[in-house]
Amino acid sequence: MTNSGRNRLIDRAFSVWGVVSTFIGIALLLMFIGIILYDGLGRINWAFFTSLPSRFPEKAGIYTSMVGTLWIVVLTLILSLPLGISAAIYLEEYAKKGRFSNILEINISNLAGVPSIIYGLLGLQIFSRTMGLGGNLLAGAFTLALLVLPIIIVATREAIRAVPGSIKDASYALGATKWQTIWLQVLPGASGGIMTGVILALSRAVGEAAPLIVVGALAYVPFVPASPMDQYSVLPIQIFNWISRPQAGFSTNAAAGILILLAITLAMNLVAVYYRSRYQRKSN
Amino acid sequence: MTETKQHGETVQTESRSAIEIRNLSTYYGDFRALDDINLTVDPMTVTALIGPSGCGKSTLIRVLNRMNDYIDGFRVEGQVLVDGQDIYDKKVNVEQLRKRVGMVFQKPNPFPKSIFENVAYGLKIQGIKEKSFIEERVVKSLQQVVLWDEVKDNLKKNAFGLSGGQQQRLCIARTLAVEPSIVLMDEPTSALDPISTAKIEELVFELKSQYTFVIVTHNMQQAARISDKTAFFYMGNLIEVGDTQQIFTNPGVKRTEYYIRGQFG
Ligand SMILES: Nc1ncnc2c1ncn2[C@@H]1O[C@H](COP(=O)(O)OP(=O)(O)OP(=O)(O)O)[C@@H](O)[C@H]1O
Ligand SMILES: [Mg+2]
Repeated sequence: MTNSGRNRLIDRAFSVWGVVSTFIGIALLLMFIGIILYDGLGRINWAFFTSLPSRFPEKAGIYTSMVGTLWIVVLTLILSLPLGISAAIYLEEYAKKGRFSNILEINISNLAGVPSIIYGLLGLQIFSRTMGLGGNLLAGAFTLALLVLPIIIVATREAIRAVPGSIKDASYALGATKWQTIWLQVLPGASGGIMTGVILALSRAVGEAAPLIVVGALAYVPFVPASPMDQYSVLPIQIFNWISRPQAGFSTNAAAGILILLAITLAMNLVAVYYRSRYQRKSN
Repeated sequence: MTETKQHGETVQTESRSAIEIRNLSTYYGDFRALDDINLTVDPMTVTALIGPSGCGKSTLIRVLNRMNDYIDGFRVEGQVLVDGQDIYDKKVNVEQLRKRVGMVFQKPNPFPKSIFENVAYGLKIQGIKEKSFIEERVVKSLQQVVLWDEVKDNLKKNAFGLSGGQQQRLCIARTLAVEPSIVLMDEPTSALDPISTAKIEELVFELKSQYTFVIVTHNMQQAARISDKTAFFYMGNLIEVGDTQQIFTNPGVKRTEYYIRGQFG
């Protein structure tokens, strides 16, 4: 066989293999969603959203864990957004390019890939113990803020870098200070990209259970948290709790909870995709 | 010491030049982009900087309002006096300098804002709030660049909706709105069609009674048409500078002649 003939064969074989692998992934995903829908869809009704947890599966709902999730997401956003954007601005606009900023850059990218349980352990030591927050919402939000910070920083830096240098030049040439240029030109120009990154980061935070369990989130919370200093549960932990119960009714509840969680993260991702496409269209 | 009057205020100067460059060398890291340049620019004149690509024209023009400050490793030796003041002195306020020395770029670069906001930007960042003052200045600047009649009904529209030539005139208006005494232009028409180019040349000709212009251009006809003085650069050196008429008809150096005749670079 000629060399090019062999290459073509390898080419074909690989493309077939690629299609098969893709198909396996999608098929498994569809199967999973199908099973969950079959198990849980019938369980979703208004009472499911408004009921407290209960010993009886038919009476139990996700009210407290939903509100807990909402609290956690809002607090995480408040803690991580200003910090992440400031860090990105510093790294892009102020830090001198050199060894030090390279090391920082590599580290931040790597941090985005650290297993979330590690952040939980870090949070347990720093926030729960040293700062004495114990297992309250604030400890959880601080921990998740650490977790999503690298994602926000990386996304914001990319968005800032995408703002044309000619726009910054124009601003400087008119006598604007660096800060004015960042505030009036760079951040507005980067806002679409920043928004996309932030939403993706938060949708990650919504799905996390492990680090929150480590920093003391509860599995059974019969009340709605009223302040950041209160105890709480979140949706993924509620689901985890239901799955680990022996009664069949609870696994139906878990499936329903998973559907809600999926819907939330899917909606957030759609919003992010929408912003990204609008932002790309604007910058063209 | 003499006193020159500029825009109503009295400025103490050592000389009557708008710009005086003394023994200027500039470096990007170890690379010397300009080598011992001496050049003076008189007020209310147009000076053209010409020379082959990479000879240092942009480097020089960006030195004049310190736009190279943001480039890591960029370094300046020698002196650059603007209205008699050494602009690389530690005490100089760079933002103030840039209000006096405005700049127009090669590609039109309006802000992604309305036409009005583009022209008003330079005033607003100075903290000027008075609406009537800003409006007056915007109208005046747009009239100066002969854009007013074309945009007066669309001031709220996004500047990206304008044609390339209109955008460039808007960028000039934006520069004039902060009332600089010197306007730097780095190949301001190289991205424009002939008609837009002619309009901008006409503008410069009209406005030079009020402003000092330094213009980089690759277009020899343009340099000949609009400039009073021409400076020819080659590989970081200032080869020759003189009255445009003389440089174009009777250059003192062979290299200049070759370049201008288009057999060079
Ligand atoms: N940021 C930079 N870092 C390093 N070297 C640079 C930088 N900018 C310009 N140079 C170098 O300095 C020299 C002069 O560049 P400059 O841009 O001033 O040339 P120019 O005369 O404006 O050319 P052109 O006509 O192509 O615009 C060139 O050799 C260029 O490679
Ligand atoms: Mg240039």
